[in-house]
Amino acid sequence: MFRYFVRRVLQGVLTFFGATFIVYALMFANQDDPLQALAGERPLPENVRQALTERYHLDDPFILQYGHYMRGLLTGDFGISLTNRPISEMMAQAWPVTIRLAVFAIIISALVAVTAGIVSGIRRGGIFDTTTLVITLILLSLPIVVLAPLAQLLFGVQLKWFPATAGAEPGFYQLMLPAMVLSCLVIATQIRVTRASVAENLRSDYVRTARAKGLANRRVIGVHVLRNSLIPVVTLIGVDLGNLMAGAIVTEGVFNIPGVGFNLFRGIRTEDGPLVVGFVSVLVIVFLVVNLVVDLLYAVLDPRIRYE
Amino acid sequence: MSNIESVTQAEVPTAAGVPVSPDGGSEKPRSLTGDAWEDLRRNWIFWAAAVLVLLVVVMAFFPGLFTSADPKACALSRQHQGPSGSAFFGYNFQGCDVYARTIYGARNSVLIGLFATIIAGVIGLLVGMAAGYFGGWVDSLLARGVDIVLGIPTLLAAIVLARRLSADPQDSGFWAVVFTLGVLTWTTGARIMRSSVISAKSQDYVAAARMLGAGSGRLMFRHILPNAAAPFVVVLTILLGVNISTEATLTFLGVGLKGDEISWGVDISTAAPYVRETATPLVWPSVFLAMTVLAFIMLGDAIRDAFDPRLR
Repeated sequence: MFRYFVRRVLQGVLTFFGATFIVYALMFANQDDPLQALAGERPLPENVRQALTERYHLDDPFILQYGHYMRGLLTGDFGISLTNRPISEMMAQAWPVTIRLAVFAIIISALVAVTAGIVSGIRRGGIFDTTTLVITLILLSLPIVVLAPLAQLLFGVQLKWFPATAGAEPGFYQLMLPAMVLSCLVIATQIRVTRASVAENLRSDYVRTARAKGLANRRVIGVHVLRNSLIPVVTLIGVDLGNLMAGAIVTEGVFNIPGVGFNLFRGIRTEDGPLVVGFVSVLVIVFLVVNLVVDLLYAVLDPRIRYE
Repeated sequence: MSNIESVTQAEVPTAAGVPVSPDGGSEKPRSLTGDAWEDLRRNWIFWAAAVLVLLVVVMAFFPGLFTSADPKACALSRQHQGPSGSAFFGYNFQGCDVYARTIYGARNSVLIGLFATIIAGVIGLLVGMAAGYFGGWVDSLLARGVDIVLGIPTLLAAIVLARRLSADPQDSGFWAVVFTLGVLTWTTGARIMRSSVISAKSQDYVAAARMLGAGSGRLMFRHILPNAAAPFVVVLTILLGVNISTEATLTFLGVGLKGDEISWGVDISTAAPYVRETATPLVWPSVFLAMTVLAFIMLGDAIRDAFDPRLR
């Protein structure tokens, strides 16, 4: 266990620096002249240019610039958007909304996926199972750009079951429809993984033992099978998070929810470079950290997992 | 097209040359591909997906077969007019024919998906092959590389990269999107390739070829590759669908194809703000996009199930 932890953490650190380096290189490589871009059409006075070059370390070699960028990220200094607001301040406002939305979406998807996965895992090949498989296939292939606007059109504009857009301070009811849209992104894989692991566990020796000693079917499935089947589902959280982030950008944009995704959405549309860079960097870091935690958690939950 | 063709070729029983016992077909020996084909032939999902894929591909290359209207002929006087005999899906905000635009939109989606998947396939093939064949430190090094690319959520990286690549406003953004998707989505293919190469490497026929003096390159591409290709092609088919979907998302967000290109992503993004007035300009491109993605994913899924019956 200890060896696994050390290896996974070391690997996580390596991935962290590799990934942030790539993101940084993608964003700032072969920029023509950022200072001129800042000034627009006007010529930039030499002394201003010098001062700015010094302030933003533009004369430093690439690797040192990356160092400055990392120091900023790690100390919570993400720069200033083109609208002249500190990005950390915008994030402080946006994160609570996004977290609420994401938690909501995860709860919905977990409830639906675990129930559906268990039922279709037990009755494999039945009508419910076949229907679920077809539905998951459709959900897997519905692009979020189709799902979010169509859900808004159908349930928000035409049927009027839910508000079509959320306001500045979205409550439970306003977040309901976006959360359901978001949960559709992750629900399909969750169902499939639950189903596969339930089916596999049902065949295992410990289930036969439990049955043989006379336990009621409810207890065998509800306690023994369920517990072991949920382990792989937990590890999906890490993968799901990436999907949720991607989905949140479109969903929050479509439903006007002032979260992280909405800021990023607006930043892309208004070509606010620093904002996009800052938000993407933070999201990438969150993704890496969560994946590291999930992998470590997996080892705790399932002692059979070993590195080599 | 090479992708879809190679998928269809993979289904055709390569067991054609396998000797058939003269006394009746009941105990005809069947190869894995032959078996898979038998399975597929009876799978309605496979046929539905294949027909859809074919339809979209024809639409992409010969849009004139489906409509004679010009997708770029727009007149503001027709703004948001409802469906009619001349324009089945009505007109959008700019007064363009929604049906014609939807048909012509197939080309960009299919071509971007195809080129991006080819790039991803080539990178994945080379990386996976090298990691699986050489093993040791090459494998560890490449595995760390895969980890790093997987460590960045695809869409986030794609936003940054596509923005960077298509900074020139004159550019249509086509190759920027192709390149972006290609270099970000090769990891699954590489992993699959690696594991199938590892299992093919230890087969007797590879040892035999090696003993006959075949070099690394020949072993890899003439002997191991053909036998490790099936799962890889399946993954690429699914990836093609996923790439089409990501392209639409990037375009929707404003970092993909630029405004006057005809594409489903552009149409969805321009129609979304006006849903309260008219729904058809939003609904039809969405439906076509969803069906296309679904077709590719279903096709890959069906073929994978046929090749790997354990999963059922």
